[in-house]
Amino acid sequence: MREKILAVLEKNSRIDLGELASILGESEANIANEMAEMERDNVICGYHTLINWEKTGNEKMVALIEVKVTPQRGMGFDKIAERIYQYSEVESIYLMSGAYDFMVMLEGKTMREVAQFVSEKLSPMDSVLSTATHFVLKKYKDHGTIMCDKPEDERMLITP
Amino acid sequence: MRNPLSDLIVQIPPSGIRKFFDIVSEMEGAISLGVGEPDFDTPWHIRDEGIHSLKKGRTFYTSNAGLKELKIEICRYLERRFHVNYDYTDEVMVTVGGSEAIDIALRAMLNPGDEVLIPQPSYVSYVPCTVLAGGVPVEVQLEEKDRFRLTKDKLLEKITPKTKILILPFPNNPTGSIMEEEDLREIAKIVEEKDLFVISDEIYCELTYKGKHNTIAALPGMKERTVLINGFSKSYAMTGWRLGYACAPAVILKQMLKIHQYAIMCAPTTSQYAAIEALRNGDEDVERMRGAYDERRRFLVKALRDMGFDCYEPQGAFYVFPSIKRFGMSSDAFALKLLEEEKVAVVPGTAFGDCGEGYLRISYAYSLKDLKRALERIERFLKKLDAKE
Repeated sequence: MREKILAVLEKNSRIDLGELASILGESEANIANEMAEMERDNVICGYHTLINWEKTGNEKMVALIEVKVTPQRGMGFDKIAERIYQYSEVESIYLMSGAYDFMVMLEGKTMREVAQFVSEKLSPMDSVLSTATHFVLKKYKDHGTIMCDKPEDERMLITP
Repeated sequence: MRNPLSDLIVQIPPSGIRKFFDIVSEMEGAISLGVGEPDFDTPWHIRDEGIHSLKKGRTFYTSNAGLKELKIEICRYLERRFHVNYDYTDEVMVTVGGSEAIDIALRAMLNPGDEVLIPQPSYVSYVPCTVLAGGVPVEVQLEEKDRFRLTKDKLLEKITPKTKILILPFPNNPTGSIMEEEDLREIAKIVEEKDLFVISDEIYCELTYKGKHNTIAALPGMKERTVLINGFSKSYAMTGWRLGYACAPAVILKQMLKIHQYAIMCAPTTSQYAAIEALRNGDEDVERMRGAYDERRRFLVKALRDMGFDCYEPQGAFYVFPSIKRFGMSSDAFALKLLEEEKVAVVPGTAFGDCGEGYLRISYAYSLKDLKRALERIERFLKKLDAKE
């Protein structure tokens, strides 16, 4: 049941309990219990909103920064990541396989703020070897959702 | 001037759905729950394969029965999903939708005066196609008390020495009913005893919500008596591609193929290439869409019951078929009033046969958001009705 609940919530976190119960064919109490448990266990970490900021006229940048690091005794990847994610500017950070170690995403910053973060906070860190910063020019699809306007329903109104 | 028309075609009434469609089209701002096709787009990889075939210049006729690769994939699919074996060389043909297959199967099998048993409520084309093929349609009523399944007794009542074909329209549009293996066994026994043939229209076979679909063709002795009709429209959201298929014993298929050859030539080539991709790599899409329909089905049935409809829980297709008998109005009157007062379009049950009287067909090939919006209006409508009583 957990997986089913999560699959629905992942697409629509605002769904009300009654509706969730009815589409899954479960009782509201069961669903509420499961959700409370998953919140407690940090399986559900939050309920966020997918916003197309471009449409609000708000000029926020999204930057992806590739970071190479040198893990040392007592300072493994997890520890380094922790030092990075403590900065409130960091929207997300992933440990990657391949040519670099961390993918750090900053969101909602001006270009100057991003530059400042990289040059004054990220690069000077002891473990950081190098960084490469990329700016997102346009978001087409995010969280499985296509960001452009949805086409109208083109089906005929009544068909057999 | 002489009458330019055929008497036979003139006496066939236009589809009841058509009449209602004309009224709905005139209405500004109407929300429709009247659609009989998926709301999903065809999955991208399938569309891409169609586009790719065009880019490669595959723009010619295929052989009459369809592309060999496609016929082979169809056989594999039927084997894999429903455990029925067909020989792609002479037991399978690709048609222009399941609709064409219904038409040519009837034309290939009927002699003038032969009777065709048609369970109703059901899809609108069985009766006119029977008449056009010179047959005599005989209605077999499906009832809510039988969960809209075809029962042995109902069937026996209507069999005469002239009965030749039984149409099996399951999973059923508009009721959402299905036939389980036990139900089919009973029917198969009678079919064999009475020496009948079956046209089994299984276009909704992937959309069942309580276990897998069963085909009568897989029962012992039935393959020889069955024309199995299926297609890509509902399972893969490919209605506009117009692609279906028929599987039948070679002696029947050979004659169907003759009609197809003279009337159609071959099914659209682009669609055939896309369909190969659908069968090879489309299982996950089918599952995803089925899951979405199932959520909506549960949501809709509960919502309709909560607002006071007496509503059978459908097990297949993407329709619910609530009863409106307690409101003392005909299906037509109810649907029309709902459209006029709340601008919600649903299809009167009578569009699917006279015995659909007292019911509405509501489609859930719509997003939950659209369903909710329409349900709010329907609920308001019911409150007004109940207040008047």
